[in-house]
Amino acid sequence: MVQYMPSRFDASFAALSDPTRRGVLEQLGRADASITDLADRFHMTLTGMKKHVGVLEQAGLVVTEKVGRVRTCRLGVHRLEEEAAWIEKYRQLWAARFDELDKIVEELKQQEKVDGCDKRS
Amino acid sequence: MGATREAEAKPGAYQTAVERTSDRELVVERTFNGPARIVFQAWTTPELLKRWWAPKSSGATLVSCEADVRAGGKYRFEFGHPSSDRTMTFFGKYIEVVPNSRLVWTNEESHAGAVSTLTFTEKDGKTLLVLHEVYPSKEALDEAIKGMDEGLPEQYEQLDALLAELAAGTGRA
Repeated sequence: MVQYMPSRFDASFAALSDPTRRGVLEQLGRADASITDLADRFHMTLTGMKKHVGVLEQAGLVVTEKVGRVRTCRLGVHRLEEEAAWIEKYRQLWAARFDELDKIVEELKQQEKVDGCDKRS
Repeated sequence: MGATREAEAKPGAYQTAVERTSDRELVVERTFNGPARIVFQAWTTPELLKRWWAPKSSGATLVSCEADVRAGGKYRFEFGHPSSDRTMTFFGKYIEVVPNSRLVWTNEESHAGAVSTLTFTEKDGKTLLVLHEVYPSKEALDEAIKGMDEGLPEQYEQLDALLAELAAGTGRA
């Protein structure tokens, strides 16, 4: 669980280290776009833009979907990252519950001791 | 009894671990500084459940809590949250009840709810608690994960803000 987080962040930062890719994210923040749209806007070949989008997709920052002959790109959060965040949230909920439960366990233990003494006397 | 030294674990001293162990399974683990019968009691007595099931940090409050802890018996936990007028209800039934050692229950608030198995393993006066949740399918667990995220919009907002910040950043100077 813990191991893949750093590599995911590395992938995100590597993806963000390039000005074109940051531009693409900014663009997709305004509206979804096809790879052709993006290539035009950034004065690039289709192949060059495909590579950039591929890097962003690997990092989970962009999701692409092919409808007919057009591949549309939109901002996305990588599933694994989303899942890791959810699991951490879920863990925190249980940890908070269990910290409360600790107190009750202590109380019940004390109670048992008192009851035990009562019986003996 | 008096001669044995009490373990010195303070409340909150043990780590809670959560792991997705397969496409459709989640496992939660935690050790408690007390015998299994006590931990079991805290899980199966509604008055006690009320005191720990909705921790303050979650923001939620337990409006009502009914638990008929025997095979075939039903449970129903109703939560409120200050951010909403609606309450959220969790319900199902106990399938298996083995005092101080094992509880199995269904989660019926959705069609694709998990079956939860809780085991209490005592060793040297401490109890290892393992909660094993098995969903009917990978899709069901994926949905549960997505559904919970939708219920936590503030988390998305934070992520959005982070993405925006990173996207707007000028990188290394």
